[in-house]
Amino acid sequence: MTISKCSPLLELRNVTKRYGDFIANDAINLTVHAGDIHAILGENGAGKSTLMKTIFGVHQPDEGDILWKDVPVQITNPAQARDLGIGMVFQHFSLFETISVAENISLTIPAPLSDLVKQIRAKGEAFGLPVNPQASVHGLSVGERQRVEIIRCLLQEPELLILDEPTSVLPPPAIENLFATLRTLSVNGIAILYISHKLEEIRALCDQATILRSGAVTGTADPKKTNAKDLATLMIGQDIPQPTHPKTRMNGAPQLTLNQLNYRDPNPNIVALKDINLTVRAGEIVGIAGVSGNGQLTLARLISGEDILTRDHASSIQMQGQPVGHLPPNARRKRGLSFVPEDRLGRGAAPLMSISNNGLLTGHRLGLVKNGLIQRSKRDSFAENCITAMNVQTQGVQALASSLSGGNLQKYIVAREMAVNPLLMVVAQPTWGIDVGAATLVHQRLIGLRDNGTAILVISEDIEELFEISDRLTVMYDGRLSNPVSTCNATCEQIGQMMMGQFAASLEAAE
Amino acid sequence: MIRYEFVPRAQPSTGALVIVPILTVALSILCGTALFYILDKPAGVAFYAFFIEPFLSNYTLSEIAIKAAPLILIAQGLAIGFRARVWNIGAEGQLTIGAICAGLIPITWPQSDNVLMLPAMILVGALTGMVWAAIAAALRTAFNASEIIVTLMLNAIAAQILVYLINGPLKDPRGFSFPQSVPFPDVALYPLLIEDSFLRANVSIYIVLALSLLAWIYVRHSFSGFRLLVSGLAPAAAHYAGFSSNRAVWISLLVGGAAAGLAGVGEISGPIGKLQPILSPAYGFAAIIVAFLGGLNPIGIVVAGFFMAVIYVGADGAVLSAGLPASAPIVFQGLILVFYLASHTLVNFELRRIGGTKGTA
Repeated sequence: MTISKCSPLLELRNVTKRYGDFIANDAINLTVHAGDIHAILGENGAGKSTLMKTIFGVHQPDEGDILWKDVPVQITNPAQARDLGIGMVFQHFSLFETISVAENISLTIPAPLSDLVKQIRAKGEAFGLPVNPQASVHGLSVGERQRVEIIRCLLQEPELLILDEPTSVLPPPAIENLFATLRTLSVNGIAILYISHKLEEIRALCDQATILRSGAVTGTADPKKTNAKDLATLMIGQDIPQPTHPKTRMNGAPQLTLNQLNYRDPNPNIVALKDINLTVRAGEIVGIAGVSGNGQLTLARLISGEDILTRDHASSIQMQGQPVGHLPPNARRKRGLSFVPEDRLGRGAAPLMSISNNGLLTGHRLGLVKNGLIQRSKRDSFAENCITAMNVQTQGVQALASSLSGGNLQKYIVAREMAVNPLLMVVAQPTWGIDVGAATLVHQRLIGLRDNGTAILVISEDIEELFEISDRLTVMYDGRLSNPVSTCNATCEQIGQMMMGQFAASLEAAE
Repeated sequence: MIRYEFVPRAQPSTGALVIVPILTVALSILCGTALFYILDKPAGVAFYAFFIEPFLSNYTLSEIAIKAAPLILIAQGLAIGFRARVWNIGAEGQLTIGAICAGLIPITWPQSDNVLMLPAMILVGALTGMVWAAIAAALRTAFNASEIIVTLMLNAIAAQILVYLINGPLKDPRGFSFPQSVPFPDVALYPLLIEDSFLRANVSIYIVLALSLLAWIYVRHSFSGFRLLVSGLAPAAAHYAGFSSNRAVWISLLVGGAAAGLAGVGEISGPIGKLQPILSPAYGFAAIIVAFLGGLNPIGIVVAGFFMAVIYVGADGAVLSAGLPASAPIVFQGLILVFYLASHTLVNFELRRIGGTKGTA
């Protein structure tokens, strides 16, 4: 079949995908022509991945049509998508480490190994993807592994290649190579759907962009001609609430100081932290915004003590001016730290333990243990107090943590962490996946705690939330932290641009 | 095509917790019967010998106590570690080392009548069992070496040390060249439950039951036990709360080693009365089954320990009366463990029927 240049390769018409009451994709229209490099831009949870999985046949749309070369199709599984000519490179690689590149590819492409080796070499040379087919995967760098994934797709001769955040794991030189490859593919008539939230990359690579927010298309643009401000507004919206609570004094003693914090996780897929500086003072709430996967998880673990630094670098993290980077979590908690992690079940609470035992987890310092024995009545009344303080809906202190709804468990954990009267409280994703009522209560309590002089650091993907409760805002991008700006002076465009890696804007604003 | 799938339960089924041991025993008996049938052995006679005869004489009851003591003791120690997901498979070796080191005392003073000898042996046995387990703890915490592999291999080393010593330095010069030590003096032996009787049961069963009570207090009421449980149930939560995982490894292995070492003393100061090449009929491994069959619960372990002891004693009878091969009891233990692990899946998962998959276009 031949396709005329003007006839689209892929067309989505009013594609809608619902999960219960939640609309992940709302009447999406999208057109891709052969040879296009088309960006899908949006925040976390904007619906990018859902849309791509729909195209790749991982799940089916509830409404709307998918047209492939002008013919309506039902793509019921990825194998069918591959047969049509759609390939996808996922963010997380699916390669077996202990076998070779060619062996990995032979698992999906039935061909003699010796033929595959030749084909892999040929594709690699044609598209600038040098990989040794006989190398074991465990010895390959992240960039090389991605090349293997791309070659695996290309061997199936796709006409459309979907790449999900392909640069999130790559060092800068590898990104250049990837772009060169993608341009070559495009010249050869292969269309590319490029999912990203990084503005510079999209500008460097893509001819068109479709911007998603809250599951709907908010606009289409030529990224090379549209300015960053407009794209940012399309991506995160305009309706940012202003803080309603009184301003902080801004002169409290520093409770947390991050001083040239650098950290590289042993796992190469995790973003390294680079030169992070931040001070959180008593009586203020500092918010860290940013798209997930930019180092927030690592930063939270380093502050909580779940990951620790070597003694030499201990002063990169200070509490009350004392180096604590080398100390384990309990030593930091003794100095007044409390922490609400983003994973409630399994980390903030043990799912198969009762609510009262989960109170003991970090509340044991409050006299709940005597001579090494648990004081059951004190333990239970501590749990009761936490339940009352945050109006937690539960069947009682003996209920398992896993029986609570996400919002109620979060309220319980927040109550527990506040009960220890912390000097410094770190909260990651305080209202992730919880209802509005619970979120409002959590916000109120955080502000109340701030007014009592606690230093609070909130890490969140929810910009509205951060605007609502923070006194100062900073953005994390690619393992770096922007200069903090006062929330009253910050604009959503500014934060949006920083979230896409345009820190220059933040530096200007700080001046 | 209709398929069945294990779906994780929202919370562990309490019903399944009761059903699992019953199901395990029932399936083991069923499978055992089939095996006996294939072997052309009378299944009825075999099971009578296995499960009824042990309760019919004072001698077999006393033997049950003798076997139950080490099984329960070791299982209590192992269970504390298993709850923290620290897998000590080396109780057999820890038992052996505890027995060797404690045995050095009566071997050095075979004519002694000092009543402090047994207490000294208990202390030395427990401590050296701990030391042997500590090797695994050190390797795990320093190099992340699997405690499963290390403890398992230390079993073989301990067994070789024992064989070397009783064939060499510790061999009884008047033992007609048998590989065994001098017989221990009376002060090195646990007092019998019934003095001057032919029954071998001794007071060590009381010590074991007292220690079981202690284990129950530790598990149910102590903060240290709580921390271990969190390490096992939710390692990330334990890490978050600042409960050191290294500490969990150390406590688990040291407690397990002490219990196994003590059980070793129970053997040489009980029915054996000297050092010999075989100190235990694999109590260290059977205790793993006892720990799980007892649901890692100190009270459940006491029950499971007696049950396993009945199988040990019954097997001796079954070998004689039903002509079963000597390996039958081991096979039976294996069946119990396999069926336990298989049926335990039902505690956290439920079996659900799922519809056919759609064909590709």
